[in-house]
Amino acid sequence: MAEAVAIAARPVRAKLSRDDVIMRAAMVVLGLFLLAVIVLPLYFMLSKSFETYSFRFESIEFQINDGDGWGETLNALTLGESLGVITPERITTTNGGRFQATELFPDFSFRSPRLYRIRNARPDAGGFMLGGGPVFHTDWVEVTSNEFRRVQIRPALSTGLGNYVAYVNTPSLFFSVYNSLFIAVTTTVIVIGLAFFYAYALTRTCMPYKGLFRVVALIPILAPSLLPAISLVYLFGNQGVLKALLMGESIYGPIGIVIGSAFWTFPHALMILVTALSISDARLYEAAEALRTSRLRTFLTVTLPGAKYGLISAIFVVFTLVITDFGVPKVIGGQFNVLATDIYKQVIGQQNFQMGAVVSVVLLLPAVVAFVVDRIVQRKQVALLSARAVPLQPKPNRRIDIAMAFYCGAVGIVIVGMLGMAFWASLIKFWPYNLSLSLNNYNFDVMDGGGWEAYGNSIRMALYTAFFGTVIIFSGAYLVEKGRGFRFGRGLIQLLAILPMAVPGMVLGLAYIFFFNHPDNPLGFIYGTMAILVLCTITHFYTVSHLTAATALKQMDPEFEAVSASLKAPFYRTFARVTVPVCLPAILDVSIYLFVNAMTTVSAVVFLYSTDTTLASVAVLNMDDAGDIAPAAAMAMMIVYTSAGMRLLHALLTRGLQRRTQAWRTR
Amino acid sequence: MATGTQTGNPYLRIANVIKKFGDFTALDDVSIEIDEGEFVCFLGPSGCGKTTLLRAIAGLELQTYGRIEQAGRDISALPPSARDFGIVFQSYALFPNLSVFRNIAYGLENRKLQKAEIDSRVHDLLELVGLTGQDDKYPAQLSGGQQQRVALARALATSPGLLLLDEPLSALDARVRVHLRHEIKDLQNRLGVTTIMVTHDQEEALTMADRIVVMNHGVIEQVGTPVAIYRNPATAFVADFIGKMNFVDGTIAGAGRVRLGDVELACDTDDLQSGVTVQVAVRPEDIVARNVAASQDNAFVATVADLEFLGSSLRVELTGKGLGDRRLIADLSVNLMRELALEPGHDVMVCIPAERIRLYAAGR
Repeated sequence: MAEAVAIAARPVRAKLSRDDVIMRAAMVVLGLFLLAVIVLPLYFMLSKSFETYSFRFESIEFQINDGDGWGETLNALTLGESLGVITPERITTTNGGRFQATELFPDFSFRSPRLYRIRNARPDAGGFMLGGGPVFHTDWVEVTSNEFRRVQIRPALSTGLGNYVAYVNTPSLFFSVYNSLFIAVTTTVIVIGLAFFYAYALTRTCMPYKGLFRVVALIPILAPSLLPAISLVYLFGNQGVLKALLMGESIYGPIGIVIGSAFWTFPHALMILVTALSISDARLYEAAEALRTSRLRTFLTVTLPGAKYGLISAIFVVFTLVITDFGVPKVIGGQFNVLATDIYKQVIGQQNFQMGAVVSVVLLLPAVVAFVVDRIVQRKQVALLSARAVPLQPKPNRRIDIAMAFYCGAVGIVIVGMLGMAFWASLIKFWPYNLSLSLNNYNFDVMDGGGWEAYGNSIRMALYTAFFGTVIIFSGAYLVEKGRGFRFGRGLIQLLAILPMAVPGMVLGLAYIFFFNHPDNPLGFIYGTMAILVLCTITHFYTVSHLTAATALKQMDPEFEAVSASLKAPFYRTFARVTVPVCLPAILDVSIYLFVNAMTTVSAVVFLYSTDTTLASVAVLNMDDAGDIAPAAAMAMMIVYTSAGMRLLHALLTRGLQRRTQAWRTR
Repeated sequence: MATGTQTGNPYLRIANVIKKFGDFTALDDVSIEIDEGEFVCFLGPSGCGKTTLLRAIAGLELQTYGRIEQAGRDISALPPSARDFGIVFQSYALFPNLSVFRNIAYGLENRKLQKAEIDSRVHDLLELVGLTGQDDKYPAQLSGGQQQRVALARALATSPGLLLLDEPLSALDARVRVHLRHEIKDLQNRLGVTTIMVTHDQEEALTMADRIVVMNHGVIEQVGTPVAIYRNPATAFVADFIGKMNFVDGTIAGAGRVRLGDVELACDTDDLQSGVTVQVAVRPEDIVARNVAASQDNAFVATVADLEFLGSSLRVELTGKGLGDRRLIADLSVNLMRELALEPGHDVMVCIPAERIRLYAAGR
């Protein structure tokens, strides 16, 4: 071993194969794609939130000529302050703010022969409007009195925390933070409590009709979050069937938001908790039983700790879903403002984009915190179950089984009842005066909101999203999981793929306005088209799809790629002949997930649709806004029918696929 | 350590290969040459770098420094697809959705061969690995041993110059494993393809390899034929890792003499100075107990401390008398034991032939 060590001075650098080059190119394309659909829009939104506008009166100057030559130079600030028309409150404004120059001259008359001169003393003054358009240069501009009455001083753009300061100092806006937190926490507590026992009944008891209860609990996933809110209007609204139950309280407000949010987030919590409770080691329970531990103590010391990570994850998922939801508070929130509706009001109502951006950033904070905690928890959960664990088989216990069946039945009745109310309402001629049935409410073309065309647009949008989304997301996951070398690039793309989960739909939609509607953006041509709706929806639901695809890819033998390379097969051949067929169930899962979410989503697309691309979910919103609540219910039901139909088709396809590929799938 | 072969033109030449994963050095200046048609085993405990070396040869893991040549061509930096090898993994890595036929034909289809050519080649290979008539089955419908044969056929289909086997038998039952050992060796002999196999199973390496490369902590401990490695382990590690070996403390008592307690044995002491402490290594089967006379060289008396029945032989633990508290394990045949009628507590006269004693530096 003592021989001289001869080391080549330079490290070996890999020569790239054609495969490597193609894969790296694909990765760069994907990286640029993710940059354009998530990173840059968020960046533009963030910088927008720091944009403030204020008048730079100190840099605007005037001169007057009453026929005897130009007088001394007058400064706008000095003039205004001495007259008392310029106060600190008037200096801060928005990008649309204008200051009438004549306010500085109390003796102004447009018939006077007096001549005026005005100029920007400094180039960063913000300029002024003059008849036709803005003037930014620093030369004197001479106008008559008649022209001078149309001179308006423009505010200058600067960056700073001004908007945030204004936000905190505007009680009506800042109070929404409290409202949102209140709603999110209350709903989370209720939903997690309900869903935990429901999941416990499904996984740990021998309750009858488990299959039925499972399907019923997942129904809300098929509906837009607007639907429970509409149902609540029919149930507890001013002419509601069950209004008496509220004992004088109004459903329009926190009560309605909490009930509606609980309805649509229930299945999300349930799915996580069912998974968490399914992962259990029977040996722990046998040990507890052998030690004569009481049922309650076993529950507290074995069951709860085992489901700990699932519970934490479910808590954060529900919290995030509720605090970022727009549909429920929009329909049933009444005067009760929350962050998501504030964004909508600031942008659509007041056209105050900067303040919309500020609210978005505020809304991003809890979502990001929830996201980070969820990621940490997910990482820890992996090691929880050893391969040797024995799955738990629940034992019958008559008392508990029947009690749980009643409990699940009660929850199920509420879920079916909410859906049934919307269904019934959509078929009623004129609530509550004429309860005979008709399909009039489905005659969308005679109503505002987009008509059947909106429904058609939704179907098209959902199909495009499902198709392109699946292709992009699965290929992306493949590059990340199976690429050779280029560790840095793969890590970066992985990070970008996880990012969209932390971005609420409203925030994403608004960020898209700022980015794609920017005059200098070469991609601006997609603004107002179907393409931007599809892109936004793919991005909005990117993370879950990516993780599904990545999990499926991880389960494949890591040596397939090595074997293919040794057999000189290009990677795309193995991708097409082996990877895709083996992962087909996961691919179908991703596409149905994208389709259903594209059908039901409102929050992101509400900022991005144009008159040609109105969507069904947006139509529900608009019809509800216009007071056409029955047609809104009908359109919401159309979304439910479509999602349910697609789910059914997906189930049939998956079953057929399983039968066809049984020969090689089972061991 | 220069480990050149006899001929001047090795088929595979690995020179000063170093592989680092961050701060960890997986391969530390590894050099080795392999002749055409040789069957070489990389043997070592897990984490010794044997799989990393195999993957470096395949191009699946790029070495940080060093050079690898195959058939006179520098392949150091080439991607796997530009190298010439077939590979079989422990997991088989058979494509689950393709039939046995499609799996074997996978590499041939990339060569743009005629369909008839592919057909006949696949059928030849199926016959070669003894799976005639199984063309249409899917991998999941085959036993582990059959799957491994399909993987082998697939790796051989394109007639690669180098066959790489990464623990190919580890996932199989003990019986199937022994059977496949012979089949693979036989196949390799008939085809004459240069083969490298990675294994942690010394028995596998001893029975199959023409030469064994013993590795530990990223360095090569010894390269040699199975017999040479077993008989003359170059280091204490090799001696301990391959087969069973007694290690006892001793002192050099003079040229050609080593002392264990009160027992003095003749052996090759090389140029070790008198008084140096060493480890004395003896294989259990090299301790002789049949017809040993006290006058014989290296004969001494010891007490039987324990007996362990192993089926065809007995493992005898010897201690006491001149050995002091040193313990030596001897493997004695059942036959001999019947003759000697040994019980724990009995004394027995044994001897260790001088040429069977090896000395290693103390404190390994």
